[in-house]
Amino acid sequence: MKRSSRSSSFRSFIDSAFFVACRGCLVAAAILVACVLVFLVRESWPTWQRIPWHRFFTDSGWHPVAGEYWLIPMIVGTALSSGLALVIAGPLGLGTAVFSRLHASRRGAWIVDRSTELLAGLPSVVFGLWGLVVLAPWFAGSGSGQGLLTASIVLSLMILPTIALTASAALRNVPAELLQGAAALGLSRVSIMTRVALPAAWPSIRVGLLLALTRALGETMAVVMVAGNVASIPTSLQAPIRTMTATIALELGYASADHRSMLFAIGTVMMVLVLGMVWLSGPRRADS
Amino acid sequence: MRWFVAVGLLVGLVSFGCDGRSVSMPANEEQVGSDVSPRGSLTLTGSSTVAPLAQELALLFERKHPEARIDVQTGGSGKGIADARSGLADVGMVSRSLKADESDLTAYKIAADGVAMIVHRSNEVESLSREQILAIYTGELANWSEVGGADRPIVVVHKAEGRATLEVFLEHFQLDNAMVRPDVVVGENAHAIKTVATTEGAIGYVSIGAAEAEIEQGEAIRLLPLGGVTATSEHVASGDFPMSRPLQFVVRGTPSPLARAFIDFCQSEAAHETIESQFFVPIVH
Repeated sequence: MKRSSRSSSFRSFIDSAFFVACRGCLVAAAILVACVLVFLVRESWPTWQRIPWHRFFTDSGWHPVAGEYWLIPMIVGTALSSGLALVIAGPLGLGTAVFSRLHASRRGAWIVDRSTELLAGLPSVVFGLWGLVVLAPWFAGSGSGQGLLTASIVLSLMILPTIALTASAALRNVPAELLQGAAALGLSRVSIMTRVALPAAWPSIRVGLLLALTRALGETMAVVMVAGNVASIPTSLQAPIRTMTATIALELGYASADHRSMLFAIGTVMMVLVLGMVWLSGPRRADS
Repeated sequence: MRWFVAVGLLVGLVSFGCDGRSVSMPANEEQVGSDVSPRGSLTLTGSSTVAPLAQELALLFERKHPEARIDVQTGGSGKGIADARSGLADVGMVSRSLKADESDLTAYKIAADGVAMIVHRSNEVESLSREQILAIYTGELANWSEVGGADRPIVVVHKAEGRATLEVFLEHFQLDNAMVRPDVVVGENAHAIKTVATTEGAIGYVSIGAAEAEIEQGEAIRLLPLGGVTATSEHVASGDFPMSRPLQFVVRGTPSPLARAFIDFCQSEAAHETIESQFFVPIVH
């Protein structure tokens, strides 16, 4: 039939156009990421060439203007604050998801989900300001209250929605027959949750946790405002910490020559780190 | 990741913007009478403290004189002096007084940058001597009771490496940055002020203009006098306040008509609002 063949060729044209558009978007996104990486490496090249890498571990402090480039405090600060944030936000996020999926009424679940999304939408500078004028004075004691603990709590609030929303979606996708089967076998609610639902949803929850961790690693503005930013290794929960991203944000506008290139080197390290984590967070073959 | 892409894009856009501008610059500079709108191009290099201010003023100037193009580049006061001497730049930007061996250049003072110590409003310490401030920042004095205040640990608020206020502070106290033992390191003046306002035992230093604006807004901080001089914009403008420095343009020989017009504009009333918005103190000529 003439009419149907025309419509089918039109449909195939639409299909191929859609395919080309999608592939174009994918290629553009990939090129953009590659450009950023190339740019970072190019800008940091003088550092990689001139400064022997062992100095990042052995210099006596972070005084870039005087040519001292001790990076350990920043690596430790970034790892500790993000790790602690995940330890705080992980259980909270999972608990929120379990509550909204399995225990709350329809109305209760709606309220929990919407408020989690609201938390996800707050700009980081708002979290930072709240941390600076409300949270830090609470923990101040005789100090400033700006340090590891305050930074971790602010970070945990920022990554909580990622964890809660991905865990919630993962639990929603657990097949109903699994849960009904478990219930038919007479398992308690707690057992259904811990033995059936959570293990079935775990691969997606794991991805959510890793995404949350990368957000914590990359977060800058809020951390600058509450972390204290002293480039030394923290000895207590109240001690100030300096993260890698905070260093870039604090110093880039005023850095020149070697100092500037050093900051781009930190950026390159961060990017490689996050790329590695994203690669890790991809589904494993056994999961799919 | 998302953050990097955003920064990459931003940096790309900014550098693109700069490139576009320098390319579109007309190459020749015409001599024009003072009654005609100034035209041609002008290059400024030097102090990274003055550059953001000069950039803002240049935008205002270009809006008034669409035929003029002003290109601002940084590189430090030393570069400003060297480029003004060699002719690489029409005008050098310098954030200090000229040295004795730099008298071949003519300096035009645009603004002053004053930095003062701040403490929490509830702090009963009225003033600190130079030695006391040095001892506090190097960690030798750690409690306010040792300088006549309450029994409360001192929280030392310091600026991040490269900041202009940090340079003024270090130079005034002849301190090496590696000797400072900070409890909190901040970037912006506003961050330093918020930290001191929320921490009873804190001491910090900020641009006087920024502190005055925040105190007017009711922020719980107090400016400390330095060397017996109260910390006010007036004392910075008059040159009496010790921890301050002039922000100047330097030119070798007679400035070109366009340079002259730009310098006049930067020293006029029209520039005051921009100068104050960057927490510097305008000079009244």
